[in-house]
Amino acid sequence: MAKIKGAVEVNTNRCKGCELCVVACPAKVLGMSKQVNAKGYNYACMVNPDACIGCASCGIVCPDGCISVYKVKIEN
Amino acid sequence: MTTQDIIKPENLVYAKPSIMNDNTMHYCPGCSHGVVHKLVAEVIEEMGIVDKTIGISPVGCAVFAYNYIDIDWQEAAHGRAPAMATAIKRLLPDHCVFTYQGDGDLAAIGTAETIHACNRGENIAIIFINNAIYGMTGGQMAPTTLEGMKTSTCPYGRDVTLNGYHLPIGNLVAQLEGTRYVTRQSVHTAAAVRKAKAAIKKAFENTLAPEKKGASFVEIVSTCNSGWKMSPKDANDWMVENMFKAYPIGDLKNI
Repeated sequence: MAKIKGAVEVNTNRCKGCELCVVACPAKVLGMSKQVNAKGYNYACMVNPDACIGCASCGIVCPDGCISVYKVKIEN
Repeated sequence: MTTQDIIKPENLVYAKPSIMNDNTMHYCPGCSHGVVHKLVAEVIEEMGIVDKTIGISPVGCAVFAYNYIDIDWQEAAHGRAPAMATAIKRLLPDHCVFTYQGDGDLAAIGTAETIHACNRGENIAIIFINNAIYGMTGGQMAPTTLEGMKTSTCPYGRDVTLNGYHLPIGNLVAQLEGTRYVTRQSVHTAAAVRKAKAAIKKAFENTLAPEKKGASFVEIVSTCNSGWKMSPKDANDWMVENMFKAYPIGDLKNI
């Protein structure tokens, strides 16, 4: 069976650290970084990248349009 | 396969729409306005009407909407966006004309303009962000504020004997002959965002269909986490628990 693997790219300068993507992620991939961006916000990042299924829920709920989602199908 | 192998242009499945520009939005972290801006931009882009869409921005938090979506915009005086949209739509009938208003703009100072534009059956779309508070000016009580809800001008909660009841403006305009599509949506989960996008798309399609006349009204029940003094997540939970009782989600009218 083919396996779906996803990845998330966060525009860290645009992110305001609202954490709505962390709540929306069904696979618990996202978390908040320990570093801050130029505006002083802790930005979202992938803390568990292997679990990402590329469902784009994080991107859809992101109020600032910071998140791009990528997805590949891996044939076994 | 590493993350770097997946992040390639050919694997892209979701990104912000290209007509939403790179200006940093002035909205507070977690504000529903950003999501609705993104939906408006996505719908306009998908429908291929970038050159044929004119937005009317309100007075309120969304006053700078014209800075973030690269379409034609016109700024209206406080509450007068439906009146301005009426004029623009009548002069340019083949354009998609929409207003983007908050509850302080649409349901307070602009109540008359909203109701009369809907009653005249103007072929415009109205996007109404209802967060039950005046966000921009510091969280004062709005007509849409719920009974018992605390704001900076009713710190002990809205008292109905003194301030009256919350104003369900979506239900009011749904009664009018001039409206064609009235719906109430929210943007707190990915599923809700998809439904809200479909509603905005339908409203925009209605404005471009001259054979059936009537206003389309999309109310988005939203959060104002700064005004409500909560975290974005808590504000969403509070909205589901309290706002949805007073403002139930769903289509109110669809003809």
